[in-house]
Amino acid sequence: MAFLELENLRKTFGTHNAVDGLTLGVEKGEFVSLLGPSGCGKTTTLQMIAGFVEPASGAIRLAGKDLLAIKPARRGLGIVFQSYALFPHMTVAENVGFGLEMQGVAAAERTTRVGETLELVGLGTLAGRFPRQLSGGQQQRVALARALVIRPQILLLDEPLSNLDAKLREGMQIELRQIQRTVGTTTILVTHDQAEAMALSDRIMVMNQGKAEQIGPPHEAYEKPATAFVANFLGKTNLVNGATVRPERISFAASGTPGALAGTVRTRIFQGNHWLYQVDTASGLVTVIRQNTGGEMPAEGGSVHLAWGQ
Amino acid sequence: MRAAPYLMSLPALVLFGAVVVVPLVMTVLLSFHDWGQYKGIEPVFILKNWEEVLGDSYFHEMFGRTFRIAFFITLLTAIFGAPEAYILNRMKSPWRGIFLLVILGPLLISVVARTLGWALLFGGNSGLVNKALSGLGLISAPLPFMFTETGVIVALTHVLMPYMVLAVWASLQRLDPQVENAAVALGAGPFTVLRRIVLPQVMPGILSGAVIVFALAASAFATPAIIGGRRLKVASTLAYDEFLNTLNWPLGAAVAVLLLLALVAIVWSANRLVERRYAQVFS
Repeated sequence: MAFLELENLRKTFGTHNAVDGLTLGVEKGEFVSLLGPSGCGKTTTLQMIAGFVEPASGAIRLAGKDLLAIKPARRGLGIVFQSYALFPHMTVAENVGFGLEMQGVAAAERTTRVGETLELVGLGTLAGRFPRQLSGGQQQRVALARALVIRPQILLLDEPLSNLDAKLREGMQIELRQIQRTVGTTTILVTHDQAEAMALSDRIMVMNQGKAEQIGPPHEAYEKPATAFVANFLGKTNLVNGATVRPERISFAASGTPGALAGTVRTRIFQGNHWLYQVDTASGLVTVIRQNTGGEMPAEGGSVHLAWGQ
Repeated sequence: MRAAPYLMSLPALVLFGAVVVVPLVMTVLLSFHDWGQYKGIEPVFILKNWEEVLGDSYFHEMFGRTFRIAFFITLLTAIFGAPEAYILNRMKSPWRGIFLLVILGPLLISVVARTLGWALLFGGNSGLVNKALSGLGLISAPLPFMFTETGVIVALTHVLMPYMVLAVWASLQRLDPQVENAAVALGAGPFTVLRRIVLPQVMPGILSGAVIVFALAASAFATPAIIGGRRLKVASTLAYDEFLNTLNWPLGAAVAVLLLLALVAIVWSANRLVERRYAQVFS
């Protein structure tokens, strides 16, 4: 029996099936991402775990107990919201200490734990600031600290990095993973960013139209997508002669190589660490990604031969 | 080129000067003139009116009443208006619009008409309000509403309620609904969420609404004139009487200027207080 179990969870808004028979088991200490396009039901699922949305049917169990029978305020989950949802009228320390205060933790212990958690997220010196006086990344850390300080059974992250710029996001991904490893909290991340989901998770659940398309480790989902939707959502794909081929698996071969597909380079885009090619072939347009090794590459209009491990 | 902005704002400045500054300065000057039953207004510079207004206990009572009434009205609009705005803000689509119209609708009706409506409801011992209250068993003898501070406070609270609701509504609009969820997730009950999370965030709205309501209540004329009448004067009806009944314009001017100064002082210090208190938190 898994630590957190979602069983045949359903939720409809009007006639729209937001979540349509979802089943998922999350092990203790695991980091699982719910990945999918907007409207796929991932946020609704998270809100049902948090208790802000009531499922139409199905069950949610945490450590064997029926979570749906417990009020949201008593579930003891740590949540990081997309907008961070910090209390603007409270200082950083007051924000982080609020959950402990609600639990009735004594002031002295509260101060210690708030200090420890702020150190953990690297905000030890900003305890007296108000949220408005912090940068987006710092606010994000406060939200994380506020969720972690109550030592939640589960940490729920709702698109926590989507408001940060690309560079900061990458840094926070690494840090988030480290913090999660350190504290060992079971974590569920909701995101539409496949790179983020793959970078952070032990397992990902790719969702589409309220259903799970595939549940598995990121590498497995990427290499062996169960459906065309998963293949497309997790990265660029080519459909060549009925087979799905990732663009980075295709290489340029010498003419006459057995099984190679002849084509003409339509466009060539330089992207720093790699080249992105679009090649016209007999079986349609094929996307090819080649590592930039500094060598000579086929130019636009040139004829090439494409090979991959068939 | 640098003169252009000034030139462009000149028409508005001229209008402002002509209709606000000039009459105001004339009123201030008037308050230093002399007046007698038979000689009328004498354009001299004396402090007689100011000594009277500041020294006579009759005027103290009037101003005390004016600000007492304004204070209670402000308190009542805050107590009823803030929850009203909160409930309104949580309503679903069609009802929200309908009830917003119900609350703001009275602004479309003349204050005089609305106050006369209250006068009809209060109307003596057999008024509807008294009948309803005794029917509910809340009172044993009819309460006097007409010509009392209670009556003025009730009627003006109703008249000024929309301003408080609008001010609180505006600050509620800026609230992130997820913030309440965040507090709930951290273990806060509904009452704690209201007291610790929502109220502090709408406090600037309540305070700015309070400043508006207080200023309008203290300077209100129609409602105190109809409900309070001659028996229960406030600063504005007092000034009116001095001007139009006693014909002692300089004394009326002194009353009016004093009311203005007191209001400016109160509003200004309230604003300073709000700014100091919330500058860090809500930029």
